[in-house]
Amino acid sequence: MAAPLSVEVEFGGGAELLFDGVKKHQVTLPGQEEPWDIRNLLVWIKKNLLKERPELFIQGDSVRPGILVLINDADWELLVSTSGNSPPSTAPLAALRAS
Amino acid sequence: MCEVGEDYREPAPAGPPPPRPSREQKCVKCKEGLPVVVIRAGDAFCRDCFKAFYVHKFRAVLGKNRLVFPGEKVGCGTASRRRPVPAASRTPGLGGGAGHVGGAVPPVVFLLPQVLLAWSGGPSSSSMLWQVLEGLSRDSAKRLRFVPGVVYADEGAACGQSPEDRAKTLAEAKLVLQTVGFPWHIVALEEVFSLPPSVLRCSAREPVGTEGAYKAAVDSFLQQRHALGEQSQPCPQHPQSQVGPPPANQTEALSRLFNSVKTLTAKEELLQTLRTHLILHVARTHGYSKVMTGDSCTRLAIKLMTSLALGRGAFLAWDTGFSDERHGDVVVVRPMREHTLKEVAFYNRLFAVPSVFTPAVDTKAPEKASIHRLMEAFILRLQAQFPSTVSTVYRTSEKLVKAPRDGCAAGTPGPRCLLCMCVLDVDTADSATAFGAQTFSQLPQTQPPVAQAEAPTVSSCCSGMGGARRCCRPEEEEEEEEEEDPRAHVTEQLCYGCRVNMKDLPSLDPLPPYILAEAQLRSPRAKAEQQIQEYLLEDHEDAARPGES
Repeated sequence: MAAPLSVEVEFGGGAELLFDGVKKHQVTLPGQEEPWDIRNLLVWIKKNLLKERPELFIQGDSVRPGILVLINDADWELLVSTSGNSPPSTAPLAALRAS
Repeated sequence: MCEVGEDYREPAPAGPPPPRPSREQKCVKCKEGLPVVVIRAGDAFCRDCFKAFYVHKFRAVLGKNRLVFPGEKVGCGTASRRRPVPAASRTPGLGGGAGHVGGAVPPVVFLLPQVLLAWSGGPSSSSMLWQVLEGLSRDSAKRLRFVPGVVYADEGAACGQSPEDRAKTLAEAKLVLQTVGFPWHIVALEEVFSLPPSVLRCSAREPVGTEGAYKAAVDSFLQQRHALGEQSQPCPQHPQSQVGPPPANQTEALSRLFNSVKTLTAKEELLQTLRTHLILHVARTHGYSKVMTGDSCTRLAIKLMTSLALGRGAFLAWDTGFSDERHGDVVVVRPMREHTLKEVAFYNRLFAVPSVFTPAVDTKAPEKASIHRLMEAFILRLQAQFPSTVSTVYRTSEKLVKAPRDGCAAGTPGPRCLLCMCVLDVDTADSATAFGAQTFSQLPQTQPPVAQAEAPTVSSCCSGMGGARRCCRPEEEEEEEEEEDPRAHVTEQLCYGCRVNMKDLPSLDPLPPYILAEAQLRSPRAKAEQQIQEYLLEDHEDAARPGES
């Protein structure tokens, strides 16, 4: 059981166009059984924050190629991937900021 | 290897996946710091090493390609920027120690070349601006040696932006420009309607000098600076901004032009062409000898593949190389060409480089909307699976050599494309090329069927054919055709790629007047040459040739 998590999500470089032009979002992820990780976060963002054109942001389980993800100002590729070649979608999200 | 499935959750087909760097690892360079970014295929850098790596790459690209040539002549209109050495500081009274000073210093004035930085507001060009700013403020030994200016082109009208949005973007851009502090020029794309036809002409360039001359020039430059003491050279602060928004009729004309283009691909190409002409004009007017654009490694890899698809394969070396001298007096250089977009984005984020986001013509366009979009999606998706894609394409582009065409004498380079100003890759006598096939297939539309059996091109009609046929008649018909089809004399002055683009423009009327004027200017000359051709004596003169007065 994961407690509600407060996260600041920030979009830049044009990605904010898909979110009504809003760059910074302070969100509180609701509590749920499985712990929060990036994949769940992306699904949540797609459902709750994304305003248009989901195919320009999400592709499959991860972000569209070309979109960079930073977690606390660090490359998410630094986190160990648990599923082969693909970027780590299952990174645990215990930290406060994702951008 | 090139199978990239839609679902890339599938495990790699061969062997275990390569180990990815983990957060517990240390920076690969200094072995101490905590890594923040992964470059290439697994090198984790810490913040400071990443910054050093990034800055070093920028300076290495400039140094490797000999961008700055001390003593290089500056273009016209720079009288106000000359910094003559004041006579007072050249006195021999500097003491006996500096023996090489008194009288031995040659009375030469070293002018720093002026470089125009083409800033789009985007991350790559903003990063380039910041690198130049930092590079110029370093201590004298490592300082970059040129005088920069910045140009920002407001393309809102072509992208369909509202005047309010354009004003807002412009205000943000001005803020950044004021922070940077270089002399800046803001131009609106609408100004293409007041460009002179001379912008399409290639001006001769002063020869820069040999390798040995470069080294000698640098040495004596450094000697002189050392001898005369460092003179700080602050950049002149005279920003030049446009006075208010452009006239509404020009904005409307531009919108009409871009709305008349049928495909997004042609729209993008047209936008690039007009933007290039505009920036070239600004550079020439204000005496800049070089223009720097912020094309990154990723963008150039995409551009290379896109150019191939657009039929511009002959000009890859100019379109994607470090320096592009097709305009003659103004050289376009690409100092960011070794930085990937990821490195640029991370640097801008970590070191707070300001940029202004403006939507482009293809923002939010679906993946198959244009060749550019498609190629971008292809390369980026491939890059996600195979992280060496972009660098491989880039390394290939580095190997491209600008060789003159076979059969072209070293002297005359031949005619140039009206729009992209590359030496024409068309050969009217050679119908075995794609271009030849295209021209030939268009003939039935412009000539009556009777004449079709004759030579496919006009210039060779009289030299190739002899005999009873009135081979000079097609010329008369062609003259009639010319009046009915004014597109022909514009199209025949374009390279293959530009011709393909022009096909998506139903009418040439909305084009800015300078293009049509220059086409008109070049055409009678070409025609006159063709007309004279038939009167030139040749070896295999045909006795039965019909007389033609």
